[in-house]
Amino acid sequence: MSVSNQAPRTALDRVNPVTRIAAAIIVSLPLLVTLDWVSGATMSAIVVVTALALGFRPVFIARRVWPVLVFAPLAGVSMALYGKPGGSVHVDWFLIHVTDNSLRLALAVMLRVLALGAPTILLFTGIDPTDLADGLAQVWRLPARFVLGALAGFRLVSRFVDDWRSLALARRARGLGDTGAVRRWASMAFAMLVIAIRRGSKLATAMEARGFGTAERTWARESSVGPADLALVLACVAAVSVALVAAVSAGTFWAVWS
Amino acid sequence: MRPAQVCLSRWGWRHAGRAAWATSGVSLRIEPGERVLLLGASGAGKSTLLHALAGVLGSSDEGEEAGSLTVDGVRPRPGSCGLVMQDPDAQTILERVGDDVAFGLENLAVPRDEIWPRVRTALADVGLALPLDHSTERLSGGQRQRLALAGALAMRPGLLLLDEPTANLDPVGVEEVRDAVGRLVADRSTTLVVVEHRIATWLPIVDRVVVLAAGGGVVADGAPDEVFSVHGAELAALGAWVPGIGHGLVPRVPPTSAGPILSARDLTIGYEAERPVRTVAALDLPTGMSTTFTGANGSGKTTLALTLAGLLPPLSGHVEASPAMSPPGLRPRGDARTDPAQWRSKELLTRLGTVFQDPEHQFVASTVADEIAIGLRALRRPAPEISRRVAELLEQLHLTRLAKANPFTLSGGEKRRLSVGTVLATSPDVMFLDEPTFGQDRRTWVDLVRLVTAQLEAGTTVVSVTHDSDYLDLLGEHRVHLEAAS
Repeated sequence: MSVSNQAPRTALDRVNPVTRIAAAIIVSLPLLVTLDWVSGATMSAIVVVTALALGFRPVFIARRVWPVLVFAPLAGVSMALYGKPGGSVHVDWFLIHVTDNSLRLALAVMLRVLALGAPTILLFTGIDPTDLADGLAQVWRLPARFVLGALAGFRLVSRFVDDWRSLALARRARGLGDTGAVRRWASMAFAMLVIAIRRGSKLATAMEARGFGTAERTWARESSVGPADLALVLACVAAVSVALVAAVSAGTFWAVWS
Repeated sequence: MRPAQVCLSRWGWRHAGRAAWATSGVSLRIEPGERVLLLGASGAGKSTLLHALAGVLGSSDEGEEAGSLTVDGVRPRPGSCGLVMQDPDAQTILERVGDDVAFGLENLAVPRDEIWPRVRTALADVGLALPLDHSTERLSGGQRQRLALAGALAMRPGLLLLDEPTANLDPVGVEEVRDAVGRLVADRSTTLVVVEHRIATWLPIVDRVVVLAAGGGVVADGAPDEVFSVHGAELAALGAWVPGIGHGLVPRVPPTSAGPILSARDLTIGYEAERPVRTVAALDLPTGMSTTFTGANGSGKTTLALTLAGLLPPLSGHVEASPAMSPPGLRPRGDARTDPAQWRSKELLTRLGTVFQDPEHQFVASTVADEIAIGLRALRRPAPEISRRVAELLEQLHLTRLAKANPFTLSGGEKRRLSVGTVLATSPDVMFLDEPTFGQDRRTWVDLVRLVTAQLEAGTTVVSVTHDSDYLDLLGEHRVHLEAAS
């Protein structure tokens, strides 16, 4: 992995990982239930400016957000072709109706995808799984059994990647590498399942032997929230409010239920 | 820390859904501070017994218990004893070294300000001087086992249980772990029970040997010298490496080689171009001889074997097979195609065979017999020939009675023999074996070495990745030592 691909140090490092998740929800919810181009455009602009201010470099933002940049126009085009018709008709062929309404929808959807995708990706970038687990269990008080089980299981994923690679090489070694891709895949999937269950149950035994899941436990490291977390939450509320107020005052506000 | 006393009275356990008892009728008393080596045939229930002492066998849903088993007079609870198991990969729990050791302390609800000093002490005691936030992914097998030991030790158990803790380690790792345990039990502040086939490793630090019978009960119990002088031969037959009783095999006289069957020049090997594992300037594998690859963890032995075996294309440089072995090219010129990475999968079967380190990676069939037949079917051999060859191999590998069993349900030794059998079936010119003796007891070890030697005698070229010094003594005819990759 090249250095430039790793999560940079930003002001977000000072907040608890669970606050980042909360922030992503605060930003997303109002945008999920409304559909107009002004709020989407405002939010996208705020996200880019804020990300730069927090210390994300432009190259890094582009590298992380590009899937959204590709997906947004695709969603826009399909909306333009098949979206709910209305207003003057520009193209009408078979199932395709390009109308004023569908073009308006297309623009709104494109900006929505951007305004939802970009902040979520950047907020989730570089969250350390261990710190997240500490936060989920101590700040949000999710059950330790569940959180630590998931965290330990997560570590097995890199083992599974190695297993899968060996399984593929072994199929070639056994003369099954030339044809029958579906059957080969099925035999790899079965072996993977067996191996995963074995590894999982060994890990569970190791955890149990260290007294996991028996009673009340303590935490070696405190996970807490402070002023920085409050600031992030308030900033997100403010950003969403600005976007919605802009939409209302521009007269384009459009909730999905209206 | 106060050493614990262990007391078993006609104890037994049967796993839920099984007809046979894993172990039964075991009566045993271990005094505080004693250091016990527990032996027995595979299937005698040694691991079951250790798991019971660690309190992790589970409730009555998971099996049926007979007799009584107590540690310090009470039924053991999970977390009351320290347990270290065989597989270094499977018992690293968390991502950071410090967290992994702290895990047990958190579960015991130790106050936060006591946790970190105890973590540091435990790491120092096992000789792992690493930063607390060091990634556990980057540890060697020996380091991982010492980490597991530190995790157990930090909980200050009165009883330390080790289930083949060094079976999967290289010689350096074995010594590291054994010496760490030796230091921990030197003052007799902990009672120790260790299960291990390689007796010599643990002999310096144990003072009592207990042997479980396959059918249940205890066969022998006493000081090591006593037990080995009376029961030595019997124990060796059960699979233990008894000091003074060797494997009884002698190296064959290697033939003079007719030149290389495979050559490599200017290789860079690895899975991804951005992350090469190592380079190899020049390497020739002599025809008809046994070549061994040795070297520390991470030196790229396995990657090299997979590359030479035509499974992993080199990142740069080339591997060249002898024209005699190579498949013909397209007519009219029909030049031999000498690059194994370009061969079709079926073309590998009769030329380059590979036995993977983990046999489960190469199992593709639902029965043992089918597993052996699959390569032959891929080669479209006639049915009568296939059944004859399968029957012959099952017999040779002592797997006949398991012909209809699912390969995944076999024991470790059986799985290893079957994985070798799948390769033998199509009689490749070169056979690659990755750590073939890992985790094998004496009996399965001897079987395996005999099998490999028979292949050599039949003219097969053999390449083994190994750490095993006994194996090297017998089969290290052409030794290649790989220095650590930079």
